[in-house]
Amino acid sequence: MLPQITAFPLRSARVHEACGPLAAGLAAAAAAEAGGVLWVRESWRPEAISPIGLAAYLDPSRLLLAEAKDQTETLTVAELGLRDGALPLVVMELSAPLSLTAGRRLQLAAQAGKCTGLCLIQDGMGSNAAETRWRCSPLPDPEQPAEDSTLQRWQLIKNKSGTLGVWHVRWSQSARRLTMVSPARE
Amino acid sequence: MFDGANRRVVSLWFPRLASDRALRRHPVSGPFVLTLKEDNTNHIHCLNAAAEKQGLYRGMALSDARAFCPDLQSRMADLMTDRRFLIGLRRWATRYCPWVGLEGDDGLVMDITGSAHLSGGEAEMLGDLRQQFSHAGLTAQIGLGDTRGAAWALAHHGEGVAQPGQAMAALAPLPVAALRLDDETVTALQRLGLRSIGQLADTARAPLARRFGSGLLMRLDQAAGLQPEQISPLRDPPHYGVRISLPEPIGLEADVMAATTRLLERLCDKLAAQETGVRVLNLTLRRVDQQGQHVELRLARPMRDPARILPLFSRGIAEVDAGYGIDQLRLEATQVEALPTQQTSHSDDTSPGQLDDLITRIGTRIGLENIRRFLPADSHIPERSFLIAPAAYSSPESFPSDPRARPLIMFPPESIRATGPQPPQQFRWRRMPLTTLRATGPERIAPEWWLDDQNWRSGMRDYWRVETRQGRRLWLFYTPQEPGWFVQGEFP
Repeated sequence: MLPQITAFPLRSARVHEACGPLAAGLAAAAAAEAGGVLWVRESWRPEAISPIGLAAYLDPSRLLLAEAKDQTETLTVAELGLRDGALPLVVMELSAPLSLTAGRRLQLAAQAGKCTGLCLIQDGMGSNAAETRWRCSPLPDPEQPAEDSTLQRWQLIKNKSGTLGVWHVRWSQSARRLTMVSPARE
Repeated sequence: MFDGANRRVVSLWFPRLASDRALRRHPVSGPFVLTLKEDNTNHIHCLNAAAEKQGLYRGMALSDARAFCPDLQSRMADLMTDRRFLIGLRRWATRYCPWVGLEGDDGLVMDITGSAHLSGGEAEMLGDLRQQFSHAGLTAQIGLGDTRGAAWALAHHGEGVAQPGQAMAALAPLPVAALRLDDETVTALQRLGLRSIGQLADTARAPLARRFGSGLLMRLDQAAGLQPEQISPLRDPPHYGVRISLPEPIGLEADVMAATTRLLERLCDKLAAQETGVRVLNLTLRRVDQQGQHVELRLARPMRDPARILPLFSRGIAEVDAGYGIDQLRLEATQVEALPTQQTSHSDDTSPGQLDDLITRIGTRIGLENIRRFLPADSHIPERSFLIAPAAYSSPESFPSDPRARPLIMFPPESIRATGPQPPQQFRWRRMPLTTLRATGPERIAPEWWLDDQNWRSGMRDYWRVETRQGRRLWLFYTPQEPGWFVQGEFP
């Protein structure tokens, strides 16, 4: 029996954070769980989410992409999206640290709209207002051939209402769900 | 004559339309100009007679004008209202004849063939027009001739009437500019010594056509009545404008919203009657100091439901500066689309409408075109196998399932140092030393030769999925025709 992952799916009506090289993987898994997503990014960023890659998680037609010109606009749009609640998940790519006020505003908006928020942040830029914070990094996997996703190490490094933990997970493309892998196998 | 009928055309020119309109409401004495901001400088857009007398002219910088004329009074020009005013004048002019069209930004053209007798003859009609315009405080120059070109020339260069069949005789002394030519042609003609229309008409046609093209002769023939020219009367479009005048000025946001609700209800009734929905709404709030404030609302879908539109207005209205109060509101649907009545059914999914409202709401902040969605496209080139379309002008489409593994994150190709067609055992990417654990590939993708793509100039690509000992799984490609290795994406 594998240990159950405690804080995923992400707690609804709260705003969470994810950092690390595979933060986008967690966002995609959360979007697949929610069934629809508003993705807010700054238009100048060269890295972009690809719908063909996303299709392994969620039908790309369930994604709405908002291109903001800076972080202030990103937060404005994210807050609108959270408060509205038409899409169950709002993912925002942040490039600068979030102030406590801004974090609280997002939390209130998420509560009002009963909508989940997820900030993709740089390492060490977390806000104190976040409900949970995850660090997602890839793991080398010498045994499994790579037809599904990379073996990922999801570390829960902050949790306001629960315990922390580390899980090794893999996204199963055929089953469209997260599978647990025993960390002991390493 | 080309059509056998003697046409009679009146051209009306309002040389000071904008300033006359502004002064009708708030007369001032002395020199007065309207200005437009261009390149961060205020230029004169329109000026009254007193300002013209001082030597000011259109396009002059306002600061220069003030130096010439210290007691100059100025206001900002409002092009949208000017246009609306001209369209109103056009509608008014249909009392004389049914065929009235617009002539540029500051003129009207009327085909009075067979209508003049209704006003008691041409002379009486012109007299009546002049009287009406002087009552209204508008400077107007009126020309009457057999053709649109002749009437235009007479209106713009000395008012006058050309008797039937006498167009060329009346036009002969006028300068060539009266033929509606561009400045370049006019200057060139003047250099040749051709200053008046009479001189031009007497010149051999073939050399003129060679030198200036057929446009010049076309204008000459149009004026003389040898070539037909159309007057297109504007059809009155269904008017989607409502307004409300208030006995007491209001300033509170809640009051403005309440007034907007009443306007919206009336507008939506009109829209429903015509089976249309509105895409762009324009709310004009007139303050007691006569300044107009505009609130524009662009909707993600055509709509005609007041309850749904109203909350979308709240942000725009909150930004309005009410000043000493607002005493008139005008709501206009500037862009409408057909929206047939649909039967509602209980199985209807309500979420699309909710999503459209969200798009509209975000669109008022960052622009409607910055909210996009992915659409599938038929191409095997990874970057081109999908489209990014504005969400407001497209509907979602499901993607066909694709068995080929594609990365979740893609970026412009980043060069790495490696040689040979096999994936490198060790390489550095973004300053990280990486070691290959397993590589899957190659998947060869050839450029689409029928499309010239700058990024695919290096020829075909062999794509590899490379798992590294450090864990990261990258999408690399090798270009055999111009050897080189690049990283283009990362798998989750």
